[in-house]
Amino acid sequence: MTPSESNKPAFSIDADMVKHVAFLVRLGIQDEEAQAFSHQFSAIIDYFHLLNEVDTGDVPPACETSNTRSVMRPDVIKPSMPREDFLKNVPHREGDYVQVPLVFGEE
Amino acid sequence: MTTYEPVIGLEIHAELQTKSKMFCGCSAAYSEAPAANTLICPVCTALPGAMPVVNQKAVEQAILVGLALNCTINPMNQFARKNYFYPDLPKGYQISQYDLPVASNGWLNILAGTDPQRIRVRRAHLEEDTAKLFHHDRHTLVDYNRAGVPLLEIVSEPDMHTVEAALDYATRIRAILRYLGVNSGDMEKGVLRFEANVSVRPTGSSELLTRTEIKNLNSFRALTRATAFEIQRQTQIYQSGAEVVQETLGWNDLKEMTISQRSKEEAHDYRYFPEPDLPPLEINRAWVEQIKSELPELPEMREQRLIMQFGLTVNEARLLTSDKALADYYEKTVSLSKSPVKTISNWITGEFLRYVNDMGLDLEHLPFPPEHLAQLVDLVTAKAINDNTAKEVLAGMFKTGQSPETIVKANNLGQISDQDALELVVAQVLNDNPKEVASYLAGKQTVFQWMMGQVARLTRGKADPQVARKLLLQALEKARISK
Amino acid sequence: MQPHTLSIREAHELLTTKQISSVELTTAVLDHIHKTDPLINAFVTIADELALEQARLADQRLRQSEDITPLTGIPFAVKDCISTRGLRTTCSSKILENYIPPYNATVIDRLSTAGAVLIGKQNMDEFGMGSSCENSAFFDTHNPWDLERVPGGSSGGSAAAVAANMGLFALGEDTGGSIRMPAGFCNVTGLKTTYGRVSRYGLIALVSSFDSIGPMARSAYDCAAVLQSIAGQDLKDATSLPDPIPDYLKMLDKPVKGLRLGIPKEYFQAGMEAGVESSIREAIQKFEELGMEIREVSLPHTTYGLPVYYLVLFAEASANLARFDGTRFGLSVAEGAENVIDQYLQTRREGFGPEVKRRIMLGAYVLSAGYYDAYYLKAQKVRTLLRQDFEAAFEQCDALVAPTCPTTAFKLGEKTDDPLTMYLSDIYVVATNPAGVPSLCVPCGFSNNMPVGMQLIGKHLSEDVLLQIGHAYQSATDWHLKRPAVSK
Repeated sequence: MTPSESNKPAFSIDADMVKHVAFLVRLGIQDEEAQAFSHQFSAIIDYFHLLNEVDTGDVPPACETSNTRSVMRPDVIKPSMPREDFLKNVPHREGDYVQVPLVFGEE
Repeated sequence: MTTYEPVIGLEIHAELQTKSKMFCGCSAAYSEAPAANTLICPVCTALPGAMPVVNQKAVEQAILVGLALNCTINPMNQFARKNYFYPDLPKGYQISQYDLPVASNGWLNILAGTDPQRIRVRRAHLEEDTAKLFHHDRHTLVDYNRAGVPLLEIVSEPDMHTVEAALDYATRIRAILRYLGVNSGDMEKGVLRFEANVSVRPTGSSELLTRTEIKNLNSFRALTRATAFEIQRQTQIYQSGAEVVQETLGWNDLKEMTISQRSKEEAHDYRYFPEPDLPPLEINRAWVEQIKSELPELPEMREQRLIMQFGLTVNEARLLTSDKALADYYEKTVSLSKSPVKTISNWITGEFLRYVNDMGLDLEHLPFPPEHLAQLVDLVTAKAINDNTAKEVLAGMFKTGQSPETIVKANNLGQISDQDALELVVAQVLNDNPKEVASYLAGKQTVFQWMMGQVARLTRGKADPQVARKLLLQALEKARISK
Repeated sequence: MQPHTLSIREAHELLTTKQISSVELTTAVLDHIHKTDPLINAFVTIADELALEQARLADQRLRQSEDITPLTGIPFAVKDCISTRGLRTTCSSKILENYIPPYNATVIDRLSTAGAVLIGKQNMDEFGMGSSCENSAFFDTHNPWDLERVPGGSSGGSAAAVAANMGLFALGEDTGGSIRMPAGFCNVTGLKTTYGRVSRYGLIALVSSFDSIGPMARSAYDCAAVLQSIAGQDLKDATSLPDPIPDYLKMLDKPVKGLRLGIPKEYFQAGMEAGVESSIREAIQKFEELGMEIREVSLPHTTYGLPVYYLVLFAEASANLARFDGTRFGLSVAEGAENVIDQYLQTRREGFGPEVKRRIMLGAYVLSAGYYDAYYLKAQKVRTLLRQDFEAAFEQCDALVAPTCPTTAFKLGEKTDDPLTMYLSDIYVVATNPAGVPSLCVPCGFSNNMPVGMQLIGKHLSEDVLLQIGHAYQSATDWHLKRPAVSK
């Protein structure tokens, strides 16, 4: 491997991809930020390719850490919280409702 | 020109009838909430740190539906997060099920027109309902009372090829849910919502072309209108040589057309992954068996039984079993009445249902019990009242909820079959109409009906027609002899 | 006597013998905080009035000698990701700067029932994302041993506070070393509990399948006292474990002789600071002197712990942080928003710091259609192997011992420019969380005048064994008693 190759990650996430995932998680970002993130992301994800060394052919994925199973609660009504307890944290409210800017599309 | 046939799959979202919500103890009865944002807690409003716990009753109801739809109940269930942003979704993800749903690979028999058809049910999975949005000109308001109410999503394979088949499938699913007592079927309250996946293909071909997804179908009418519209729209696109675009559409009830909802760049990428806040859910055999033992008789089985037991026609049996409350009402009436089953069936499928439909009544909350209907039919059978009077009485029962006997008495509607009383009436008719009597005796038979009418007039319709007829004939014979 | 320097054990003795009241103790701690914290910046919120009110209630209980627990009247603080009713809970994020929870986390309710006195909320890396506390949106917390250095993260405020005697104990939260790493940097004893041992209800989630709440205190004894009050199943947390709770304090004095201690060879590789390694080796020597059997074991997938940890973290965090959308609580930037999407984009842009942004974007990336199998699913499979590594190791030994960090506390600003290098400082602590096993950080020496921490790792639900070993070690050594100058 030549020095110039080793400086450049073998893998890259471009700025458009960064903007795409930013929109998926509803983060407003600007072009120059996307550029900076793109370099960091490439390095980080490239490092994760380390996992490709591991043969996981028959290995089942873990999904939970506790060994509990089938935890359920009975269908019993518990008192709801006082409405004001909820509404006092709401940034924009109208009467008893939570207000958001216009929503396009259907309900 | 190439003709096209539709390929339709349905997703049915049914709210389950639990007392509390899917993942918290708040009441699920949001339609009876005293005001907005009163049935809420940290869990269903997604306050930081709040955690879900599964409602066992919702799982049981989902298993029940899965069994009724002939599905495999999966021994290992997992919840998953379906990620998207929308103001009706407080967590920013919906807890749903993805690759391990409660039930999968079932089927349901329907009638596509007159042909029986088996529709495959791909899966039924649990999820949670969203908050309610109220759209205003400048902003939108949110009420979280509905957020977290348990929902069962029942997904069919794209096995339906006519609008009628889709309608029949949806109707039968609704009936089954009501039979199971897991959903009220009250479409106006939004407890049952449809999404249709529609594509068309050249008739006879077996390929699957691009499909569109129509959301927001909140009535059977919207379901049929929207699928019909979409089938026609797609057919025209292909016939004009263009291509159908895969997209999500909304149905606009007022404009009667489907409208594109999501542009391509917003195409959803839900990034499902297993819900780490909920451990996997094991549904063991014993639990399934226990629920199976609680499975009530379902519409299809009941239809067969009624045909066998009461000799109903297929159409009568289908109509009567289409709704559990109706079938219950019918069977209860039969058990309480001394009249022939046929007579009872005719009354219920005819006059009775006409009122129910015209008045838009809920079969579970009728103004009078089956006892009263049985009484009414028995009064007719015993000839205490005639058919016309009975119809009047039934109208009164729907209006006032009073028993037929009360109505008959109060309005003096009892049928006159008393010989002496009717003889007097007949005598009066002959006496008052000598010309007509003469013309009858001269051979003009049609006058007889006119004279029957006079009897009816004088008795205000209460005369037992058979008795009146007999007495009138006798009286006329007497007149002929004495002439 | 300086009450703020007391351990839980000492304070309990004085409280129950009426030599001090909880109000006196609490006042002394608060005074010390007001004097010292301006140097450290461990606290986001100091709750003087609330604290004294609870202290008065605790004193009533103590006077009546009723319902007294080892924590009755003891002042403590919690990492600011644990919900406290009526008390601002920020996760050290701008997006929650003014959020006041209407409910208590289960651990807060339990400590309140025990009679402990909540005095404040502690600084952290924003939403727990960081290893130095420098990702707090509000301010950096300084290491009390050297104000130029970081306290570690993400429970940096809690570690610094306990080290500087600002509160007798703290509740930290460990997602991938967030209790142990700062405990090691600050010379504090900290316990990452078994996943599910302590309810997470009310803990603002970073990684729902890793997050574990645990005590940070002056000793293993004190950690045991706290754990006793907070452990146990909670019907509001479906992942909490129903297993019975041992009497942790009673177990402490059981002899450690004959217990088998494993040394995972993968944790002793090149790159470790010399002073760190020698401290750990000395501690191992001490364990041997205490009669423990020492043996080398292997955790062959250790190298993959870090990528597994971060991949799962990115994925889960991206979903966990979706609820911060400016609609129901917290920061909302709706000015000029033409539609709700604008509100989301603006609010989250302004509300989240760069590390949070990086991680939730990466989370969306690794879960995206087409990448899921290569990253998230792959990581979950390797996670299974990590768990199996531990299971195999625990067939040969009762606990493992390893450093918490390859180095001692680094300088503020030293690693902030390069996220990947920062991630690498977690290399020894991250693997336990994907496996769900408990781990206790115990101070074991100094290197270049900065504290060194070792971690004892045990099998599921073996907190009692870890605390027992820690207690035996602390009974034979005094590293854990050393305090920085500012703590006086």
